[in-house]
Amino acid sequence: MIEAVGLTKRYGDKTAVYNLSFQVRPGAVTGFLGPNGSGKSTTMRMILGLDNPTSGQVTIGGYPYRKLPNAPRQVGALLDAKAVHGGRTARTHLLSLAQLSGIPARRVDEVLGVVGLQDVARKRSKGFSLGMGQRLGIAAALLGDPQVLLFDEPVNGLDPEGILWVRNLMKALAAEGRTVFVSSHLMSEMALTADHLIVIGRGQLLADMSVQDFIAANSAGFARVRTPDTEPQLREKLSTALTEAGGHVLPEQDGALRVTGLELPRISDIAHESDVRLWELSPHQASLEEAYMRMTQGAVDYRSTIDQKAGLQQPLPPGAEPPMPVPGQGQPGWYAPPPPQQGGQPFTMPQGQPGQPAQPPQAPQGPYAAPAAPTAPPAAQGETPNPYAQPAPAAPAAPAPAVDTTKSEDAR
Amino acid sequence: MSTPQPPMPQTAAPNWQAAPGAPYPVYTSPIPVKRTHLGHALASEWTKIRSVRSTMWTLGVFIVLVVGIGLATAALVAANAPDSDLAGENPLSFGFFGLLLGIMCIMTLGVLTTASEYGTGMIRTTMTACPSRGRVLLAKGIVFFAVAFTVTLVSAFVVALADVSILSAAREPSGEEWLKGTVGVSLFIALLGLLSLLVGSIIRHSAGAITIMIGVLLAPLVIALFMFSESLEDLRQALFEYSIPNQLSAFYSQSLTDTGPSGWDPLWIMLVVTAAAFAGAYALLEKRDV
Repeated sequence: MIEAVGLTKRYGDKTAVYNLSFQVRPGAVTGFLGPNGSGKSTTMRMILGLDNPTSGQVTIGGYPYRKLPNAPRQVGALLDAKAVHGGRTARTHLLSLAQLSGIPARRVDEVLGVVGLQDVARKRSKGFSLGMGQRLGIAAALLGDPQVLLFDEPVNGLDPEGILWVRNLMKALAAEGRTVFVSSHLMSEMALTADHLIVIGRGQLLADMSVQDFIAANSAGFARVRTPDTEPQLREKLSTALTEAGGHVLPEQDGALRVTGLELPRISDIAHESDVRLWELSPHQASLEEAYMRMTQGAVDYRSTIDQKAGLQQPLPPGAEPPMPVPGQGQPGWYAPPPPQQGGQPFTMPQGQPGQPAQPPQAPQGPYAAPAAPTAPPAAQGETPNPYAQPAPAAPAAPAPAVDTTKSEDAR
Repeated sequence: MSTPQPPMPQTAAPNWQAAPGAPYPVYTSPIPVKRTHLGHALASEWTKIRSVRSTMWTLGVFIVLVVGIGLATAALVAANAPDSDLAGENPLSFGFFGLLLGIMCIMTLGVLTTASEYGTGMIRTTMTACPSRGRVLLAKGIVFFAVAFTVTLVSAFVVALADVSILSAAREPSGEEWLKGTVGVSLFIALLGLLSLLVGSIIRHSAGAITIMIGVLLAPLVIALFMFSESLEDLRQALFEYSIPNQLSAFYSQSLTDTGPSGWDPLWIMLVVTAAAFAGAYALLEKRDV
């Protein structure tokens, strides 16, 4: 059990963490999310007694970390895979840590076997890859059979086998009744691993809830309905009927309908009543990534932009087209999130959230208006039209979120 | 190597009960949690210091310098100086030159013992595994001091024995001269290394701390060399007398000047300085963020 109360950390005049209070309970994997520079690592360091909080306190099992009688036997931590002396072998590194808390040397060989490093146990860790370094760090965390485990970005650099292993390891550790606190930027991984989420932005708590609640509160799921392609009039008929019943219907590029605001059985009933056959009626839940993006977009400190390469370019001959950069995550307009719910605020939040004003401007449009108006959500798009807000130039009216919502739903 | 503890009655294991009413099962390790102490930290620091190459390198170079230069000096003197010149000399004093150069190696090792942990990030792992920061510093100091003292003592003793046998024309050193020329200089040099270790812990940067320590070693002499002004004569004299090379030579009763530290004085001076540095390093370590 980790318990933070009013945790605040200032570095000079910069406030890294402000008034953070949360509990991490045993028996579950708790994900710790937040944009770069939001204070995740600082919080982890304060939990581990490396940094002294400016005010507030954090305890583990009721003890401040530095007052624990034998810290590595109670808390295992992976902070930084490269926090080792590269000149030391994997085994002596772990041995020195084991001796520090009176753990016998045979346990060192045991954890080396657990993380699969037994073959390189006597190699200097300088030559380790990032993934091997992560494994060494996880071995150090497991050394003392601790009740509480903290992992900062544990899957960085791991191979797919390693990612799967870490995922199962965390679940297994939590199932044994341990407290597992994991920070990560890999949303798909978090969605698979975490049961509970603590989200911070700009050093303040944004959310502390279960993964399901988080997704439900921060994004809208939808139903995809497909009528027979051969009879377009059925599609029109169903659209009208669904709209009359209070649903919101959006056409998709391939002729399917995206329906929100109605439960699946209700859609089926309406189709039946209006005598329309269905080829597809499928639920689509938004991904954790989408929900996270929407929640934290106001709290992102370091936002990437499109590389215009203006500094590299020769003056273009008149009429020439500049080369198109590859679209990708982090570029403005990559996700064009609709507001989560009618009226704006996604859920009840602590007062005085920073950055939240980014959301209200979209509020009056209703829950599902944004997809139909791809230029609305990100403010930046108004000034610089983004080539990626529209997935296919051939269908400029297509809803922008189709880019990620349809793609990322399988991440769940 | 490790210190497997015999099972003993559990001491002060924290109560791992979750908050009242929490429905979660709580894991408890089947192996009892024992309170750690300085002995654990000593074992760990011993593992650390012997498992990095820089220890072997610095100590290897140290031994080569001390023994090599000590023997070479004695051999040269024995071959070239007439016996009459040597008659009143303390043969142990020819170990001085090797030790003076060797100090640099001990200083480097001392700095690296603490500062390299900051350079590599290992310090975060160490301080997470042992949140009693002062204990870590104390353990590092003890282990380093023991290693530095032992290596210096053995080297100095070998050189002393060789010099006495090579320079048979020189006088027989007295018992106190033997003690000062071996144990005395070894304590002095090991303390100087310990001071470097503490400076490394304060500065947290290997190159910076090594530069500072080499400055401490050489700067007073070099500055004094260029102080020609009459009004600064006293300061110049003090810089000469309290410079580390001169303090080291006091152990062989061949100081550059007649006043200034003599006998065991350098050891007491170094002890006071190191104790002050330890207090400073300890306070900073407890206060600063890792």
